[in-house]
Formats: sequence, C-alpha cells, structure tokens
Amino acid sequence: MDYDVLIIGAGMSGLAAGIRLAYYGKRVCIVEKHYRVGGLNSFYNLGGHKFDVGLHAMTNYVPKGVKLAPLPKLLRQLKLKAEDFALCPQRMSVIKFPDKTLRFNNDFDFFVQEVVDNFPRQADNFQKLLKSIFEYDELNLYAKPISAREVVSSIISDPLLSDMIFCPLMFYGNAQENDMEFGQFVIMFKSIFCEGFARPQAGVRQVLDVLVKKYKACGGELKMRCAVTSLKCANGRVESVLLENGEVLTVDRILSSAGYVETTKLLTDCNSSKFESHVGNLSFVEFILVLNREPAEMGYNTTITFYNNSDRFDYRGPDGLVDISSGVICCPNNFQFESPLPEGMIRITNLANFELWNRLGKEEYKSQKAAWLGTTLKEVVKFVPDFRDSIVFTDIFTPITIHRFTGRINGAVYGTPNKIKTGRTHLDNLFICGTDQGFLGIVGAMLSGISMANLHVLQKG
Amino acid sequence: MTKEQIKDTILEIIAQIIPDEDLSNLKGDIPLREQVELDSMDFLDIIMELRKRYGIEVPEDDYVQLATLDSSVAYLEPRMRDL
Repeated sequence: MDYDVLIIGAGMSGLAAGIRLAYYGKRVCIVEKHYRVGGLNSFYNLGGHKFDVGLHAMTNYVPKGVKLAPLPKLLRQLKLKAEDFALCPQRMSVIKFPDKTLRFNNDFDFFVQEVVDNFPRQADNFQKLLKSIFEYDELNLYAKPISAREVVSSIISDPLLSDMIFCPLMFYGNAQENDMEFGQFVIMFKSIFCEGFARPQAGVRQVLDVLVKKYKACGGELKMRCAVTSLKCANGRVESVLLENGEVLTVDRILSSAGYVETTKLLTDCNSSKFESHVGNLSFVEFILVLNREPAEMGYNTTITFYNNSDRFDYRGPDGLVDISSGVICCPNNFQFESPLPEGMIRITNLANFELWNRLGKEEYKSQKAAWLGTTLKEVVKFVPDFRDSIVFTDIFTPITIHRFTGRINGAVYGTPNKIKTGRTHLDNLFICGTDQGFLGIVGAMLSGISMANLHVLQKG
Repeated sequence: MTKEQIKDTILEIIAQIIPDEDLSNLKGDIPLREQVELDSMDFLDIIMELRKRYGIEVPEDDYVQLATLDSSVAYLEPRMRDL
C-alpha cells in the first residue's frame, strides 16, 4: 500500500482533509492536476497585478473569542490560530433592488433592524423566520431535503423581502436554480447575515499558504501537476489509481474533491451517464477591473453590493451569454485592513450560460467578452459611482475559463444541486469532499474536508 | 500509569484541544460535554490524541465510554496501566 489516503485536489477541502489525516499519522498524498493549489479558490498574476479567483469575501467571519461557530471550529480542528488567516472584517454590504435597499455588516442586530425599518409589516414574520432558522439542525447529514422557497414564502408574505434575503445567499453558494435546499439556506443565512464577511489581508493566498505549510509540517505529501487518469475498480472498491505520469498507486481510501460526476468519470467500472442528473449548470462571468485609485476616493465604501433590477430575482442559467439583470459587485479594498491594498479594484460577477460561451469561435469569444464588459459596466454604474474613467487594467473570466482551470463540468462553481452530504459513493473506499459534499464557501469547504476525513478515515481507526 | 496520571493526561489533552476553557472545576461523574464547550469534532480529537501519543485504539462503538472523566479513566486504565 503506497498511502493510507489519497486526496484528489489541493483546494480548500483537500488541504484541510490532508492536514487532519497527516496530523494524526496517516500516510497521505494529495494529487493536484494544476500547477497551483486552491482549486475553485485560487489566484493568479497577470500584467503585474495580483488577482484572486473565487474569493470575494470569506463568509462565516466571527471575531476572535466567539465559540461554537464554524470558523473557530475549523481553526481548532486544523490546530491553527485565529491570527493565521489575518482576517479583516468588511465595512458594509448592501442588497439593492428596484425600490428597496437593505444594508448589512457583521453585526446581525443591525441587519434585523434594517429589515424591520424597510419592511415594518414583515417584522413579526421575519422574527418567525429567524426562529425556524435557529431551530433547524443544518449539520444533520441525513436530513430530508426541503424547499427553502416554500419554507420562506410560507412565513414571509412579501415576495420582495423574500427575494432580497435569497439574493446574497444564492449568489454566494447555491447550485440549484431558483430554489435552495433549506439546510443550505440555513448554512448560508448564518454564514452571511449572522456571522459575516472578512478578507485576509493578502487575499486567498494567505489562507492557502497557511494550509500548505501546515499540511507539509504534519508530514503530508503534495504532488503538483499530477492528474488522475483513472481509478481502477474491483469488488466494490477502488483497487488502484493510475496517474497521468504513468505511475500506479495503491491506496486504502480515497477522498475526492474533484466533483461528484467528475470523479465518477475517472472510474473504470462505471457508466457516468447515469449520474447526469447530478451535473450542475450554474456558472458565472467575472469582470475584474483594476483602478488607478481607491474606490473610497470616489465615495464608494461598500464592501459587496448585491443588485437586482427586475421585478423578481431570477437565479438561473440565463438564456443569453450573460444575465446582467442581477449580479454582485465586490470591492476588495473595502475591508477594514491594517494597511491599504496596493491598488484599487472592482469585481463584477453575473450569471452566465456555459453552453453558449462554449459554442463561440476563438475570435467571437474575445469580442463577446469585450462587448459584455461594456454592457455590464453600463448597468452596474447605476448601483455604484461611475468608475469607468479610472480603469487601468481589465481581466475577464467566463464559464469556459472556470472549466479549463478547475475541470468542473459546465464551469459549475457550486457543483451539483444534489449534494452528497454523507460523502459516500457506491464504492466502499471512495468518498466525496468539497463543493459537491455540501458545505460551501471557503470555511465550508475546509469544514467539508475536515468532516469527511473525520467520518470516513479517522473514526474508522 | 496510575489512575491519577491517566486523569491528568486526559485533562491535559482536553486543555490542548480547547485551550480557552476553564477545566479546574470539572466534575468526574457529569458528561464532559455538559460542562465545557466540547463538540463531537473536539471529542474525536481526544480519541485521536490517545492514539497518536500512546497507540491506544478506541473503536467507534466505545466512544460513549469516554463521556465523563470518571468513565474515561475506568475505560482507559487497563489500556494505560503498563505505559
């Protein structure tokens, strides 16, 4: 046996799982096909600028000293200190809809007051909703899925308020069109409204650096540019792992963060077409604008703006290339940093259609990116000060970019709409962790890796 | 190890896992999780530390034996006596 555990993918969940297992003496190897760690939350340099992929804000932020929340739990499990991530809390975020604006920061009471002030007739209903949220056990891996839209609309009678609550929760982690599983809703509600946003001073690099260092210090092995070609199955188990470099590994157990359907496609015994219903189809474009000044100099101090300009908030794969009727505007500068970031930046994220982007020829792909940049900017300056004259550098990624770098089918960043909460597959020694297991966001992804490592490896001796 | 040493070892492991909790007044016969903030993930770490430090294997079915400090000492005594 070459390793006790092989982990596929060096993203947040794979690294966190690796730390747990290596710390407790398992022989662990993480294989990552990219030359860089991070997976769906990674980083890159372009034109002398540093960019993050994925991370707008880390959700689940609670200040040091708060117990019983996902962030301190995860720090304890990984034997890390709160200071290691150097998290800086947000300033203020907003949800902007045609006739209403709701602000929120990391003080939950402030948000509750905003709801009461803007929707006085829903005040009692909102308290009822909070009650059902706090009474729900969202960590139960065996709970029956129920529709969050149904639960919320049975309590909140104003669809506008309901849409405004759903908007950030869906944009920051929902794989399902127009609805959410209620457990996911509760997780996201708590992580965004009850806890809050923060950003490491140095962005996602900081989190990844800490995880990689810890993993290696615990004795874990990390193989970069090392893709898995196939998983050979026999007798209901994965018997061996064929790597792209020709190496064959035998391992006792496998944790895969590559995605559920993506993982089944690696199996030699398996017709992956029967997993089609698990394929996610929600993807995004992101326009990243480097500015020659801080957005605060233009009077813009908001951390994240979630906007919607149509009658109902429509969260689904768009009919066109991009849906600009709703979106997210993130300003990485507007966190409470100890020292300002090196340059001003605005990131705009909108729903996008993988299929349509995928059909474009090379030249048309380029020209459509440029055209949608113009269209999108024209739309978002209705919600933020017009910063178009300050743009000095632009980068754009599409569903195709996401697919190319992460291997996610359809560029679906939030993975399958049917989460594999227990992490189990039809094979005895193959388990799923990360996005398709079900805890979302950066903290969620790490907790997914931790809980799957605990449940399927450490507790089994 | 004597029973007293085993008890001190358990307390020291718990202190390492939840350094912010006050363990000085723990009652031996009341479940640990009723006295300090110790969730199931932390609880697993007690078992993992015992394995890492002393090679003691506690099967999943026996986890309940470690609910209180007294029951933990009783369960671990035959396994740690000769350490």
